[in-house]
Amino acid sequence: MTANSTVLSVQDLSAYYYTLNGWVRAAESVTFDVEMGQAMGLAGESGCGKTTVAMSLLKILPRGGRIRKGKIIFDGEDLVPLSENEMRKRRWKGISIVFQGAMSAFNPVYKVGDQIAEAIKTHESGVSKADVEERIAKLLETVGIEPSRADNYPHEFSGGMRQRALIAMALAANPKMLIADEPGTALDVIVQAQTLKLLRDLKDRLGLSMIMISHDLSIIAETCEKVAIMYAGRIVEYGDAVSIFKNPMHPYTQGLIKAFPSIKGERVRLTSIPGTPPDLIHPPPACRFNPRCPYVMDICKKIDPQLVEHGEKNHLAACHLY
Amino acid sequence: MPGHVDSEEVLKIEDLRKWYPLRRGFFETLLSRDELNVKAVDGISFTVRKGEVLALAGESGSGKTTTGKVLLRLVKPTSGSIFFQGKDITKLSEKELKPLRREMQIVFQDPFESLNPRMTIKEIVAEPIRVQHASANEAELEEMVKKALSDVEVVPPEEFLYRFPHELSGGQRQRVAVARAFVLGPSFIVADEPVSMLDVSIRAEILNLMVDLVKKSSASIIYITHDIALAKHISDRIGVMYLGKMMEMGGSQTIVDLPLHPYTQALIAAVPVPDPESKRTQNVISGEIPSPVFPPSGCRFHTRCPYAHTRCTKEEPALVEVEKDHYVACHLYT
Repeated sequence: MTANSTVLSVQDLSAYYYTLNGWVRAAESVTFDVEMGQAMGLAGESGCGKTTVAMSLLKILPRGGRIRKGKIIFDGEDLVPLSENEMRKRRWKGISIVFQGAMSAFNPVYKVGDQIAEAIKTHESGVSKADVEERIAKLLETVGIEPSRADNYPHEFSGGMRQRALIAMALAANPKMLIADEPGTALDVIVQAQTLKLLRDLKDRLGLSMIMISHDLSIIAETCEKVAIMYAGRIVEYGDAVSIFKNPMHPYTQGLIKAFPSIKGERVRLTSIPGTPPDLIHPPPACRFNPRCPYVMDICKKIDPQLVEHGEKNHLAACHLY
Repeated sequence: MPGHVDSEEVLKIEDLRKWYPLRRGFFETLLSRDELNVKAVDGISFTVRKGEVLALAGESGSGKTTTGKVLLRLVKPTSGSIFFQGKDITKLSEKELKPLRREMQIVFQDPFESLNPRMTIKEIVAEPIRVQHASANEAELEEMVKKALSDVEVVPPEEFLYRFPHELSGGQRQRVAVARAFVLGPSFIVADEPVSMLDVSIRAEILNLMVDLVKKSSASIIYITHDIALAKHISDRIGVMYLGKMMEMGGSQTIVDLPLHPYTQALIAAVPVPDPESKRTQNVISGEIPSPVFPPSGCRFHTRCPYAHTRCTKEEPALVEVEKDHYVACHLYT
């Protein structure tokens, strides 16, 4: 596997939603890279813009959502100026997504196999029926489902199997990159652990690049080499996973890590971050975390901190403390 | 952090069962006479001590929420008894139950749905007081509401009294739900996944608040959760449930650090650890929780258990005390 060849490079990406009350700045100046065969974790609370970033990458933002500026360089090509038709050719083959909510992502009135077949047929013209069937069997086997189950309807699958089938479907056109949006939520711990293990295996076996989106830092820690922590539409800390978890720099990251007590170790009193996430139509001036930050200074309310390295290599934080 | 826990019992649950009859079509009932039941809770016994936080942990479908509902008599159990203040509350009528209701309260999972959107915060918190005629007059009622609100740090309470739930954030709403549960000074509270709908950064403060209120008022909390990592840190004891049965019960630290039951071990091994350098769990048990309509014979976990032997398929293990205050239902230890 070639290390350090960048598959996806997102540069200064901003995506806003238009509402009657004004533009919701859901993602602002988001910059990150994903290397070949590596997983990047996008972590943050609900409403921090992580799903907006994922949808921008595929250009499937819901109505009212628009990419305002920035570049999405995938495989050496900027996706932002591409037309819808050209974009279609890159979805699923280039970047594929597993949406959150495995329980409801399948159409209940079609057989699971037929739904995977649809994905293959739309993206590759002129494949024979026998070929499609063989591919489906192989895909299901890859994710650990008995190939004969392709003839079942989604309701005949358990929650964990649906999640696996959904991953199989995302892999239907041999994508280079897989985005998994909250892959563990709504699943029980044991099934969640099975799903994470599957994703890790797939990454190693197929050399997939991945973006894992989750509010649960433990899930990111289990699967990703790199992490970007988002808060109120911005990346506040970005870099190597080990370095971020061992030595979190941004006060928000520090708070978030403390809010996730490890099951290992002594019992501790839980800590939380006081306050609530801000309104993104009128975000706080300068550093968006300043109203909740325990170390807030005057400068935090005036100048926007830049996401830069502070000492450690491959570890960037956007904070005036450093 | 775990405060002084009296060994005094608040609740004593004996062989509690709740079966929900399975609804079937007319023709199916012609073909077979057998009654099918979803055995949501199937014979559990435990006690809840005064002033403790008891966590009931397990996967979905393990019966933990049903247990909570039965303890409050929101649903009537199929059999078994629940002793509260020396009375078996499973035998009481609704009328006899009403005075006891002020002693037992619930905090629901979703603060967006558990508060009536058309009532003001004052009315929401005052409702239990009015139902129980617990205040002499309107002024006293308002005092009680204000005190309850300041106890949950919704301050200053005057500012919130006449607001509606939609004007509050998720965390504030859940605080109001907690205030409503504590306003009458109950003896025990069932908290059903009270923080799973909230943002991660504010979960801890709601949980800490509830634990502090419990320690202050020496009420008890039955904390129903699927998150055994959080349960370890906030509860005094943990009971692990699987398919309507109690598999293991004991002190939180013991259960998590030295689990004895293979199911508890599997559950704990599956919890993701927020440390990228820690050893990744490679041995995840396979399969999912079986149907509670036809639970496996013998030990219910034997279909997924790595140590299962013939005895496990035939004989159901009893919940026995293997060391002080540590109960396990597994043939490995008997």
